[in-house]
Formats: sequence, structure tokens, C-alpha cells
Amino acid sequence: MKMNGARILLEALKREGVDLVFGYPGGTVINIYDELMNVREIRHILPRHEQGGTHAADGYARATGKVGVAIATSGPGATNTITGIATAYMDSVPMVIITGQVPTPLIGNDAFQEVDMIGITRPITKHSFLIRDVKDITTIVRKAFYIANSGRPGPVLIDFPKDIQISQTEFKWPETIDIRGYKPNLGGHPRQIEKAMKMIFASRRPVIYAGGGVIAANAAEDLTTLARTLKIPVTTTLMGLGAFPENDSLSLKMLGMHGSYSANMAITDADLVLAVGARFDDRVTGKIATFAPNAKIIHIDVDPTSIRKNVRVDLPIVGDTKDVLMKMVAETERHKKAVTDLHENLAVWHEELKGWKEKHPLAYKNSNSVIKPQYVIEKLRELSDDDAIMATDVGQHQMWVAQFFDFTIPRTLLTSGGLGTMGYGLPAAMGAQAACPKRQVLCVCGDGGVQMNIQEMATLVQNRLPVKIIILNNNFLGMVRQWQELFFDKRYSQTCMEMPIDFVKLAEAYGAKGLKAEKPADVEKVIKEGLEHNGPVIMEFKIAREEKVLPMVPAGASLNEMVLNA
Amino acid sequence: MQHTVSVIVENEFGVLSRVVGLFSGRGFNIDSLSVAPTIDESLSRITIVTRGDEAILEQITKQLNKLVDVIKVLDFTDGSAVERELALIKVTAEDENRAEVLRIVDIFRANIVDVTPKSYTIEATGAPAKINAILELLRPLGLKELTRTGAVAIGRGAKGWKG
Repeated sequence: MKMNGARILLEALKREGVDLVFGYPGGTVINIYDELMNVREIRHILPRHEQGGTHAADGYARATGKVGVAIATSGPGATNTITGIATAYMDSVPMVIITGQVPTPLIGNDAFQEVDMIGITRPITKHSFLIRDVKDITTIVRKAFYIANSGRPGPVLIDFPKDIQISQTEFKWPETIDIRGYKPNLGGHPRQIEKAMKMIFASRRPVIYAGGGVIAANAAEDLTTLARTLKIPVTTTLMGLGAFPENDSLSLKMLGMHGSYSANMAITDADLVLAVGARFDDRVTGKIATFAPNAKIIHIDVDPTSIRKNVRVDLPIVGDTKDVLMKMVAETERHKKAVTDLHENLAVWHEELKGWKEKHPLAYKNSNSVIKPQYVIEKLRELSDDDAIMATDVGQHQMWVAQFFDFTIPRTLLTSGGLGTMGYGLPAAMGAQAACPKRQVLCVCGDGGVQMNIQEMATLVQNRLPVKIIILNNNFLGMVRQWQELFFDKRYSQTCMEMPIDFVKLAEAYGAKGLKAEKPADVEKVIKEGLEHNGPVIMEFKIAREEKVLPMVPAGASLNEMVLNA
Repeated sequence: MQHTVSVIVENEFGVLSRVVGLFSGRGFNIDSLSVAPTIDESLSRITIVTRGDEAILEQITKQLNKLVDVIKVLDFTDGSAVERELALIKVTAEDENRAEVLRIVDIFRANIVDVTPKSYTIEATGAPAKINAILELLRPLGLKELTRTGAVAIGRGAKGWKG
């Protein structure tokens, strides 16, 4: 049966298992939207801004591991997705973004709402396709989904000219595809793994440094088994939170700029660092010359470019982190004696780690008069579901969540780690809630970032997505203010958000519930009431205005040069 | 240190911009670049002369391999390839200079491909160093215009790429 290109696209999405897309109609996607009315299997959520839709697809993908799909029209609709695509690219999130394009004969003529999306997104996509023939649609969709969610995942853009949406052809689904230039190397090399085990067994002060790659590969369980079997402490990056239970005695919590004292000291004193699905980002390493100065480094990553990009590596293992970790766990079973010996050899190390943890745990000074943000996060952890999904924006509140929320389950933290996108949290939470209607979805924001995509409140209410939004309101762009306080002589240039906003009224204007706490005594009551409410809620907490995120490794300093009290 | 890298890519729309964009986006140098289809018309071969230390070259190779449209990356740094470049050189050729230009052309086994009463256009081929050498000799006689193709390279013997 012949179909038009728009219908072929939707049928192809169905074949890829897509049940939900986030999109915004417009002139060059109007045919897709028309056909959408005939395709009941695909649910569509209309955000209030294409950036919100793209972040929502990202939140959907991070929460489920499935490919998130966003649709936008050509021109401004397409350019509004850019921040969302870049966010997903930096954090390796599998997404397919479909943008309308002006009819093929008009491309290059500066037509109405024309923009060169392939060109604009080249550095922020894993790959991109311009559909030039209606017969290519199915193959391109198949390839796009395969590329997006294999190897190191990432966003793939499909630019879809309007004339091809109208052209007709038979629907033919390619059962197999072969992309000769794209063959991700997934199997870890057995000889490299054997060498790694030897290095681990010979170590006295080993640390596992786990990143988002562990979560992307669904390898959290394997990592946990390996760490517990070997009794090696684990620190994670921001993106790795949830890859290892933070309530485990082996957990050192997060490392890096706002990492724990014990994690940063452990890395600095380690004789072996086992990096798994992490990329030695500058926020993690601090001054690169003094990062893990005494350690041999084993680096497991599916992306060869991540290896030796920033640090020297003694033993690279290219492969899917799950595959490599499973093989390593199997090795521990073959070498029981070596494992027992290692346990004995690590006794001194564990004592030292314990000392660091006790000396400077992640802590804050609570108050009876003013709400401490860390207290809100602790209470939120206590009162929310164990498997609650937490989305954040970027800044101080994000770091307090990372420090105090105690993640134990993978895919429960949705946060923009690489790009650091303010405005990410609310729409990402929206996508996660749409994907997981039965789970509790929380979104912690600051008063700055929440206003960057606040329009999605309407989408939450319209689609009955009961996201619980927690605003830590200090009337500051807090993280920049903190830098200004510490490094710019308290010159608070443009970081005071003095114009007070009534977030309760704002929530109500959108038809959501609004709650506010101004005193520490109200915190628990507001959280309870908010979590119990059967719909979207904004909970606003007026927090200590000049509270800082500590510890802090100043930019460019070594990890062991943490500012603990300032 | 200078490196010559051959990149076998899909002969498709937009591939060159992906390769070039990768170099500019990541701060890698391009000294010269040449592109044309291979025996297999579905593939193109890009030859890039770049510079950097070993770590940079490793990143360049890995980043190129990561592009979906890149089939193969060949690094010819170790002298395992024959390298050639073509240059068209327009020189002033008047009076006593005309004979000297001809002598240089002869020594370098280059050809004159266009003649006017006031100029010669020379076609020279050879390794990039040879092109540099002929240019040095012609410069004092009056270089008017120069266009170089950039180096192309092919592996010696069994080294290289089938196609």
C-alpha cells in the first residue's frame, strides 16, 4: 500500500517501539501532525516551547533507557531545540530529533522559516540525516535509532523536507541495516581484562571512579557486584550517581569540585584508579597534573576518544562497560585466592578511608531560624519514595541534591552534567513522569533556572503529570554569587534576583498547587503535603540566602586543596 | 610534527563539512586538504596534512573514526606512503629571466603549461618538500600567482587501503 512520507515516518517510529513523542506543530511538519491523527499508538505531548519538548524527550530517555523522540518545525522551532540537543549530546543521551525542513527545491534560498539544521547541529549530534527521497525514510529512521542508542549513545537529527512528507511510496521496513562506518567495539578484550585484574590484585589503595557510562550501559548491578566482591571503594561523578548505592559502606560519594573530602583524598592517595564509563571532565579532575598522581589508571569506556583525551592511561579497555564489568566479575570467581588476599591487603586502606569519612563527612550547620537548603534535600530524601526520580536544574541546588539525596538506584537522577543547562529540570521531569506515570518524580530547582522553562507548568497540568517541583529560593543566581563571594570580592554583579515572585500564585495561575515554607519548622509539613497531592505542585522554600556549596575545589586547583569552610 | 592522514569516507553530501568541522571545533590544524572519489565511486578519499604531537594525532585519529561517515583512517606519518602534490605556478618571465625559469623547470622536471610574453605558468608535481624547493628558487625571479592541491598520499606496497 502506498503512503505519504509523513505516514511512513510515523509507521517507522511505531516499528522502533516509540509510544510517546514530544513535539510542536508548524508549517513544515503539518503533514506529520495530520497523519498523527490516524496513528493512535503514538501518544503526543505538546510542550509550550520546543526547548521544553526536547528536554522532555531527554528526561524520558534518561529515565527509561529508551530513545526519546522530539519533533519541531523548521526555522525557529528547530533552533529552539538546539540547547536540548546539546544537553543530550554532552551527557550521551539517546534521542532522535525530527525537524521539518522547507521543500527540497527551496533549500538554500532563504525560504520562510528555513535554517540549515544539519549544519547548525553538526557539532552537537552523534549523527544527522537530511531525507532527500521518500524511499529512504524507513532506512534513515532505522539507522537513526540504531546510532542513537548503541555504542556511546547520543542525539541523532533527522531533517525532513515538506515535499518529501507529501510524496508517496510503498512502506518497506528494512529488517537489517549495515552502516559500514559505524561498528561500535562492544566486547572488552579478554587479555586487557586479565591485565586489569592483575593490576587490581596487586593494588593496595584502589578506587573505582564510575561515571554516567555505567548507567547508560545498564551496568550498575555489575559494578556493584564487582566493587563488593573486591571490597574496593567507589566514588562516582555527578552523572554516575545511582550507579552504586550511596548508602553502602564502600561508597565515597561524589568526587570533584563539590565532591566529598574522602573521595577527593582517596583519588589523590590511590595507587590504582579504575575508571568506568567516565571521561575525566575538568570538574572531576581539578588540576590535571596532580590528579591521582600516584595511581596507575585503568580506563574502561565504549568511546575510544574518551581514553587518553585528558589524562594518561596505563591500561585502556575499549568496550561496553556492562560487558567488561561482567567479564571482570567472572574473573574474580576464577581467582578466589587472589580476592581473599586483596581483602587482607586493603585493610589499611579501608581504615584510612574511614578516617577521612569521619573527619569531614558531607555536612552543614542546620538552623532553627532559617531554612538550610541541605535540610530540605535531606527531608525530601526521607519523605519521598526510594525509587523516586529526581530531576534538577543547574547550580547550587544541583550540587546539594548530589551531596545529600543519597542515590541508590540507577536512572533516578536526571541532571545536565556536561552542558550545565539551566532550565533543564522542569521539562526533563515532565518527560520522566510521562514515561513513568506510577513513579514519584521530583524536580529540584533554583529560583533562577525554574523561570527558564516555567511555561511547561501548563504542559504538566494539561497532561496531568504530577511532578513535584521544589524551588530552593534564595533570590540569587546562587552558584555565580558563590563564586563572586569567594573569588570576586563579593561584587555581586547581576546575580541578585531582587524582584520577588509569588511562586504559589504562579502555580495556581497554571492550575497547579502552590505551597511555601519560610521557616525550618514548616519544611516537613510542606514536603508531606506536596508529595501527597495528586497533581503537579510547586513547593517554594525560602532558604538561607548566602549558603554555599562546600566543600569546593577552586577551578584549577588540585583535588586535595578543598575549601572546607569559607 | 607534521602528519599526513588519509580518511576514507562515504561519498555523500555534507561529509566533508563533518570532517573539517571536527578539526576546527576541536582546535586541530589543517595544513592542507584534498578530496576526490576513489575507485569505488561510493567512497571519497580525504588527505589531510595536519600537525601535533602524538597525543593530538591519537585524538585526531580517534575522533575521525568516531564519525559515522568515516570508513577508515590511515596515518602515514612513518614514511610508509608515497606523497605527491601538484602546483600551478605563474612566474614573471621577461628578458634574461625567461631562460633561468626554463632551467629551473627542467631541473625539477616540471612543465610549462601556459606562455605569454611576460609570464610562464609552470605545472610542478612532487613531494611537498620538492614543491617548496622550486618555489624558493622561483621566488626571486618574481612569483605572480600560486595554487597548490595539497598533498595526496598512497601507502607503499601492501600498506594502505583497497579501493
